[in-house]
Amino acid sequence: MSEDRFDMDETRDARDFRVTPGDYFRAILKDKVALAAAAFLLILVVLTLGAEFFAPHRPMGLNLRDGLLPPFSVGSKGDYYLLGTDELGRDIFSRLIFGSRVSISVGLIGAGLSCLLGVALGLTAGYRGGLYEDIVMRLVDGMLSLPSLLVALFVLFVLGGGFVNLILVFSILHWMVFARMARGLALDARTATYVLAAKSLGTTELRIVFNHILPNVAAPIIVLFTLEIAILILSEASLSFLGFGVQPPDPSWGLMIADGREHIRSAWWLVTFPGLAIFLTALSLNLLANWVRAVTDPVQRWRWITSN
Amino acid sequence: MAYLIKRTVNSAIILLLTVSFVFFAGRLIGDPALNMLGPGASDVALENLRRAAGLNDPILIQYFRYILNLLSGDFGISYRYGFSVLPSEKLSEIGQPVIEIVLERLPATFFLAGASMGFAVPLGVIMGVTAAANPRSIADRIVTVMSLAGVSIVQFWLGLMLIVFFAVHLGWLPTGGYGEWWHVILPALTLAARPIGRIAQVTRSAVLEELAKPYIMTARAKGLPPTRVVYLHSLRNAAIPIVTMIGDELSALLTGAILVEKIFAWPGIGLLIIDSLSRSDLPLIQASIIVVAALVVCVNLLVDIAYRLLNPRIRIGKKEA
Repeated sequence: MSEDRFDMDETRDARDFRVTPGDYFRAILKDKVALAAAAFLLILVVLTLGAEFFAPHRPMGLNLRDGLLPPFSVGSKGDYYLLGTDELGRDIFSRLIFGSRVSISVGLIGAGLSCLLGVALGLTAGYRGGLYEDIVMRLVDGMLSLPSLLVALFVLFVLGGGFVNLILVFSILHWMVFARMARGLALDARTATYVLAAKSLGTTELRIVFNHILPNVAAPIIVLFTLEIAILILSEASLSFLGFGVQPPDPSWGLMIADGREHIRSAWWLVTFPGLAIFLTALSLNLLANWVRAVTDPVQRWRWITSN
Repeated sequence: MAYLIKRTVNSAIILLLTVSFVFFAGRLIGDPALNMLGPGASDVALENLRRAAGLNDPILIQYFRYILNLLSGDFGISYRYGFSVLPSEKLSEIGQPVIEIVLERLPATFFLAGASMGFAVPLGVIMGVTAAANPRSIADRIVTVMSLAGVSIVQFWLGLMLIVFFAVHLGWLPTGGYGEWWHVILPALTLAARPIGRIAQVTRSAVLEELAKPYIMTARAKGLPPTRVVYLHSLRNAAIPIVTMIGDELSALLTGAILVEKIFAWPGIGLLIIDSLSRSDLPLIQASIIVVAALVVCVNLLVDIAYRLLNPRIRIGKKEA
């Protein structure tokens, strides 16, 4: 039945060709890789939100008698440790679940703030043009050519580490990619018919940019946003590992790797599992971004959504 | 030419902004003299140092003096290396000039960066070309997986895993250090993982695009051997995006080296930055950041120039104009 969607039957309304959320849902069920990535992220989010409920142990509960137990061990009191324990007898699995809170919220909030800032500056720059655009784009080029991890390290050295400063630094250092993309999209949209139509109705500039152009260019921005979350999760791990991110005793994946490094010769599981968690999360985000890019691309979309 | 000048001026402005940022942000930490001598210092010693270093002057004067000193290669003295608290009027007798320390560490970082690009560029290009020449083959799948995995993995974690496997479990290679050639293998592999995937991915799509063009059909119709067509004809025309990606990855590598050097105790500039951060050696931190930023900006500039040189449309267009 899918083929008659391409028939430009005169009795059909253009609205019948709209893609509904249901179409996306059916499309992801057909793509096994994207489905696995989405399922992993969904489970992660559920575990993160209900960490108190799902974690078998307290993330900071010390139990020195059960220190450095390998995975699948039973502790002295009959407790089961799925992924083993660290040197203080804390359950790795529970700490991973609680640590995901830090990684995910840093990624989401950091990418969200830089997206807001970058898209606002980029869209207005692309639509307005002139000196304003020049200034914004020069700033983008300049900041993009700096080594961002190094600048982040220095700023955190001056301000001190911690969750809030980390997000602050990320949003200041990562908005440029969004600005660059949004500006390009706005440049294209400026001459589009729907913008001309809005203009001829006397719509204000700000309204055109945010109510008319933004919804039409949202798809590539969402793709970039997903990729950026992955990048920020990796950066958070690096900075926390170096001691400039989240501070102990809060569990964070990067911090867990740093702690485990001291026992790398005897207890491989301390560094392996947090790194694996980061890898799988970032990989899922990348895969999902690829899928979103494919299904929202107007050229490819029909193939993805209507194919059996 | 005009373009070159414009790009160089732009780079200089970026560097000036970096220097200003590093200078003023550094002052936010507190009194440099107190930082240098520590909380137990006497008022006399503090005052002597302030006078010797000109810390009593207005901040703008100090800022311009800092920039002028930088231009003549004077990045200040270290608070920790060769530091003596003897009240002296000459700064060079108080501590070792930081630029000396930074320059000492640069060769190790260059060696590491060169070694990992030595792995990554040939491997990435060959993998990419093979994938493009055989679409949907195993090579093609491997390239897709590698490029996704490369951007999803935490580099320092990969380094630790390599240590666990090759150094601890198998005992083939040392866990870290510097000196013999085999010390570079694990850190270089760690740093190469990401560029291999990305270079292969870019090469694949660029070559794939070239292979669809008519001149390839001509070359094949003439009966040229397939490897010659793929490697000499298509790769040459696909070079622009590949070179851009290599440059991108090279500047990413310079900062990625910070963590990898820390993991492998590799005495390059990255390890120096981490050490000086933990010891609050401000002039040394500032100097290392400025030097690394300058390197990154230079790489970006060179990539831009290479981009123009490689693109016949831009190269010839310029001559005619």
